[in-house]
Amino acid sequence: MERIMHKCRKCGRETPEDVLKSNWWICPGCGGYFRMSARERIRLVIDEGSLRELDPAIEGGNPLAFPDYIEKLDKARDASGERDAVITGTGEIGGRKCVFFVMDSGFMMGSMGTVVGEKITRAFEYAKEHKLPVIGFACSGGARMQEGILSLMQMAKISAACRWHSEAGLFYMVVLTDPTTGGVTASFAMEGDVIAAEPGALIGFAGQRVIEQTTGQTLPEGFQKAEFQLEHGFADMIIGRRRMKETIANLIDLNTARPRPADRKKPV
Amino acid sequence: MSAYDKVLEARAADRPQGGFYIDLIIDRFMEMHGDRSFGDDGAIVGGVGYLDRRPVTVITMHRGNTLEERMKRNFGCPSPEGYRKALRLMKQAEKFKRPVIWFVGSPGAYCGITAEERGQGQAIAQNLWEMAALKTPVLTVVTGEGGSGGALALSVCDRMIVFENSVYSVVSPEGCATILWKDASRAKDAAELLRLTPSDLLRYGAADEILPEKGKTPEQIAKDLKKRINAALKEFDQIHIARLLALRYERYRRIGAFWGRS
Repeated sequence: MERIMHKCRKCGRETPEDVLKSNWWICPGCGGYFRMSARERIRLVIDEGSLRELDPAIEGGNPLAFPDYIEKLDKARDASGERDAVITGTGEIGGRKCVFFVMDSGFMMGSMGTVVGEKITRAFEYAKEHKLPVIGFACSGGARMQEGILSLMQMAKISAACRWHSEAGLFYMVVLTDPTTGGVTASFAMEGDVIAAEPGALIGFAGQRVIEQTTGQTLPEGFQKAEFQLEHGFADMIIGRRRMKETIANLIDLNTARPRPADRKKPV
Repeated sequence: MSAYDKVLEARAADRPQGGFYIDLIIDRFMEMHGDRSFGDDGAIVGGVGYLDRRPVTVITMHRGNTLEERMKRNFGCPSPEGYRKALRLMKQAEKFKRPVIWFVGSPGAYCGITAEERGQGQAIAQNLWEMAALKTPVLTVVTGEGGSGGALALSVCDRMIVFENSVYSVVSPEGCATILWKDASRAKDAAELLRLTPSDLLRYGAADEILPEKGKTPEQIAKDLKKRINAALKEFDQIHIARLLALRYERYRRIGAFWGRS
């Protein structure tokens, strides 16, 4: 049987898919990261057998009757095997129970429409109700144009759910993966108690071509990469895939509120 | 009037902006400058004043009137420090229990290297997060063209009044046409598809009221607007703040909602 090969965007080396799969989609040549599907990422961080998907059946239509949108959705569904660009659920990370969401760049570039908005909102609501932390993996080209104004409003909707989850004293950690841009960067991707990023991931608000065209400026080397965001103060840390699971598990432990002994008594 | 005609009307250079209405509606307006961290963004003007005898915080996007002013104000496209100035002013409004009134009327957040370096996405996200639970009534007036997260970060509210000839969209029609068809000249087609007109906004729950403009002078419009703002604020006076926040949550929660557990 012929092996499927994937070419590294960084060093150009071709590696068979099965080798990449067992190596967390890290290039054996240069250590560069390939994009991962949401399912594979879930395998990377969620304990085997602990996964329970939330709202797996939610499927979007074409609310604004946007031409060719249904065809695009169908194509994305066939290609990815998913119904839309995010998977949500409950599961354990190193034995710590949490709610998670994982976006998928393989589904219309992870764009955010009403299904993504609804599922992530429900994930935060579920986590608040059950007093669980939320661990999210962001990855998105931004708002989904084909759902127009409805897409834009998902930014406010998710942000509100995220805020009330936070008000309940619960932990939210988000990992920004390649690429995280547009309306996702300008909402829940930047609202975590901890904001982490994968090495080399593109993270920004405005698209690079748009910036070049609007300003006529040449973009500096490494612009909008994870390392750039760390340097400018917009990410807490960069986490490699090999240490992702244990790092998240540690952060969940550290970021669980524990009442001080003195506060358990009536105030004097 | 086609959707794209509305876009052109909303953008018209001589169309009165937020500042014009503030002058007519707000007494003794005093502008407050700066985000206390980096600078003062001219694309956003904010301050305090009186609506009749009620103290209010008012914040507007400001495109500027002359070319020189437009350059200085970056054509009304805010930078991160603009959003952070707005955040500072709305937190102050919350502290002193003043309502916040937003005026929206410029295309969106500035796209540039410096804006990215200072966290344009984070600044917008922070505002959305804070506004979800801001413990004071918030009212938004869309006077012109509002677009993208850059406008949303200045318009999360309890009530949105949109001018008859205003638009509010996820992306500019030109931007949409470029992305979809690699052809900015098809902006007219994109405008129809994006559902950005006032009646669309009402239908999809993004806006609550349309302010008619036809056959009226800007001064008459200002008078009508003042009446509407006063009426809304009087209505909010009767609602406990916890209830108001719950209603605000619902206002956004139901947009693009899917019903039932699946």
